Amino acid sequence: MTLSREVAVIGIGQTKFGEIWHKSFREIGIEAGLRAIQDAGIESSKVDSIYIGNMSAGLFLDQEHVASMIAEEVGLTKDSVPATRVEAADASGGLAFRQAILDISSGMSDIVVVGGAEKMSDVTSQIATYFTAAGADQSWESLFGATIPSLYALMARKHMHDFGTTREQLGLVSVKNHRNGSLNPDAQFQKEITLEQVLKAGPVSTPLGVFDCAPISDGAAAIVLAELDLARELCTNPIKVSGTGQGSDSLSIANRTELTGLKATRAASKRAYEMAGINPSEISVAEVHDSCTIGEIMAIEDLGFFEKGDGGPATERGDTSLEGIISINTSGGLKARGHPLGATGIAQINEIVLQLRGMAGKRQVKDPLYGLAQNVGGTGGTVIVHILEAI
Amino acid sequence: MAVARYWRQQEQRYSLAGSKCAICNGSFFPKRTICPTCHRRSIGKMEKFLFSGKGKVVTYTIVHDPIISYADQSPYVLAVIALEEGDLVLGQIVDCDPRIVDIDLDVEMVFRRLSAEGASGTIQYGFKFRLMDVGSS
Amino acid sequence: MKAGIVSYGIYIPRYRITPASIGAVWGQDGNSMGKALGIESKSVPAPDEDAATIAVESARRMLRRVRVDPSRIGAIFVGSESHPYAVKPTATIVGEAIGATPVMTAADFEFACKAGTAAIQACLGLVHMDDNVMPMDYALAIGSDTSQGAPGNALEYSASAGGVSFLIGKDDVIAKIDHSISITTDTPDFWRREGMKYPSHAERFTGVPAYFKHVEMCASKVMENMGTKPGDYDYAVFHQPNGKFPVNVARKLGFTSEKIAPGLWTPRIGNTYSASMMMGLAGILDVAKPNDLILGVSYGSGAGSDGFHIEITDAIEDFNRSASPLVADEAGLGMDIDYATYLKFRKKIKMEGE
Repeated sequence: MTLSREVAVIGIGQTKFGEIWHKSFREIGIEAGLRAIQDAGIESSKVDSIYIGNMSAGLFLDQEHVASMIAEEVGLTKDSVPATRVEAADASGGLAFRQAILDISSGMSDIVVVGGAEKMSDVTSQIATYFTAAGADQSWESLFGATIPSLYALMARKHMHDFGTTREQLGLVSVKNHRNGSLNPDAQFQKEITLEQVLKAGPVSTPLGVFDCAPISDGAAAIVLAELDLARELCTNPIKVSGTGQGSDSLSIANRTELTGLKATRAASKRAYEMAGINPSEISVAEVHDSCTIGEIMAIEDLGFFEKGDGGPATERGDTSLEGIISINTSGGLKARGHPLGATGIAQINEIVLQLRGMAGKRQVKDPLYGLAQNVGGTGGTVIVHILEAI
Repeated sequence: MAVARYWRQQEQRYSLAGSKCAICNGSFFPKRTICPTCHRRSIGKMEKFLFSGKGKVVTYTIVHDPIISYADQSPYVLAVIALEEGDLVLGQIVDCDPRIVDIDLDVEMVFRRLSAEGASGTIQYGFKFRLMDVGSS
Repeated sequence: MKAGIVSYGIYIPRYRITPASIGAVWGQDGNSMGKALGIESKSVPAPDEDAATIAVESARRMLRRVRVDPSRIGAIFVGSESHPYAVKPTATIVGEAIGATPVMTAADFEFACKAGTAAIQACLGLVHMDDNVMPMDYALAIGSDTSQGAPGNALEYSASAGGVSFLIGKDDVIAKIDHSISITTDTPDFWRREGMKYPSHAERFTGVPAYFKHVEMCASKVMENMGTKPGDYDYAVFHQPNGKFPVNVARKLGFTSEKIAPGLWTPRIGNTYSASMMMGLAGILDVAKPNDLILGVSYGSGAGSDGFHIEITDAIEDFNRSASPLVADEAGLGMDIDYATYLKFRKKIKMEGE
């Protein structure tokens, strides 16, 4: 599979992630969008289409139809620019990015702005946990007492049982991501933590504790995409989209054939690798979906970076650190950067773009050529994988 | 309130009523309209199938940060159960010290209250599981 | 052919609390309180159990012991003082859960602790009815409760939870019900007003003019009508609001302690209310042999007693008792909890938003 027209990122922007008490959903949305447009150095009148990744403004804010809302805020309703909201739980951002690529590739648009946004802190954490669980199967999971972390905990326990993955190895994912987050000025948590702190933290759903689970966050991120030739005209450092892949699986984990990995990750990444014409070993930096620490362990196995069962030991060996064989979640990941559901997929791409541009500051990986982003909806019902390339 | 939504799935929740494909004999929970193996050939050939409710723990977790409707029951054990007929199902394991739950232990279905829509709404009942022990059959 | 019990099933929640644990919180000597009431521990329902879940469990266990297609059950009556809904029947939940719906009738009964035996009588009437009027092969009578005593009240030591199902029919009867009679008066010894969470009782008035008068009168009436004496019975079972009343009434009527022992379960599990006398009867059915005679008398405050003269048939030899737990199995499987956990399980702690 190939794209009819190639696509590149020409601008990125985002808000700081965290508890943004003083700003509304509209305000964070426009902040990220304008930064991306500014970064691209284009006039907003050049934008042909808008995509918004958002999981659930309807539940969190009683507000649906957010595409129109954001289009208006960015000032694009004057020309009636098409605006589309895309939803796949917390893979909404990644999926919106993919839709934007397909839009340009199809020839319908030349320049597209894609954003992701979520405002979660307007409700209590208990309510936020409940709303987030809408990304699982309401009838057969959440009605029976499941939360998203509890479903990942079931996978974690099975992974530990089948492969000998240890509680400490799960914890080291969090330690590494907090360390990376401490180097990211946009991260929700910019403080290093110790393994002891992770292990001693209160339980969320055993074996996962507070430091194994991504926080509740507000945040928005945006990207400007352009057709590749146009991108080369418009900016000096376009980052090419070399591969895009999407996969799906059962909404509920009990309907899956395996519980120690995400089939949809393997399907999505296989498609993306094939499109890019590269092997997993050619990736130097990746942002993966660590909404829970086990998510990162499974991701680095399913994406082909490490053998099945070696995700935990690889983390322990330091292979996934900034200095490692393949640097994972240099931004701090969902755990430390923050996880505003719909914004996460876009923020992941932004980090890869920064790394490929060589502008990731203290957390810069040395001369990366290819970067990958893996965005998961719920517990793996949808997985989106993108491969970006420095050109 | 979402009365009809919960009512529609009562039989499935009360009695672990799933489906069986008359072509390949595959059994499924929850109920399916089409067999994922036989696809269109299975249209109209899916039959109601009652699972026995006996099975084994595949994996489990003790939930300390509960979903809001279970706040009064925290902590509770959630598990994936491999039913003896071969399908997996997610459910709670009740009536035991959570610390004794382990992978591969035998369980049987019990009928319990799942949640209620507030103090005045309807009560949703359905299956949970209990470890097999003396007095079980 | 006279109708009777075709199958039975019991359910007792797994958790227990002792009088000592209760007394410790209220500055009472729980141990002496337990001794005075004849109660060692009482069953406590898990937070996800109610009279409906307990009724369903007992009915499913009843069905496991026989080969009866649930769709042949023509009536389900559930007796309870703790139905989860004030309006909306528990019996329909049971009917759906055991696959007896939709061609059946159903209703919930309430008569304090004898609602379950009232259900047995109604079932007897239906299966005996002329087949052309309301034909049915089987009718299901259930007594199920998660009874509550107000915190600190004497009732808190005894009010427990449990359920018993009796399938009533005319084919393959294991316990023939040869005779049943009731005594009923308007005696306000125990009550719960609409909307109130806990019941009230008239303390010692619940004894002589209430429990003893009705149970004794009912037992005597059954024996008078059947021409029997206490010595003719192999077993006797009486309602058990505590561990003392049934022992005393048996002694007064002339039944030896051996005859009531297999049916005396309140000392172990507390008063299961609508299931109380039925649980005792189930305990006797667990050990009974063909031709055994049983006298059973329930009591419900308000007040009344239902008496039964029961004869075990040869069919009990082939009856698959072991397909479901016996009363002794269930009573022996207790997990002790402390008073704080008890408060949590019984939803006596006000949660956020309540």
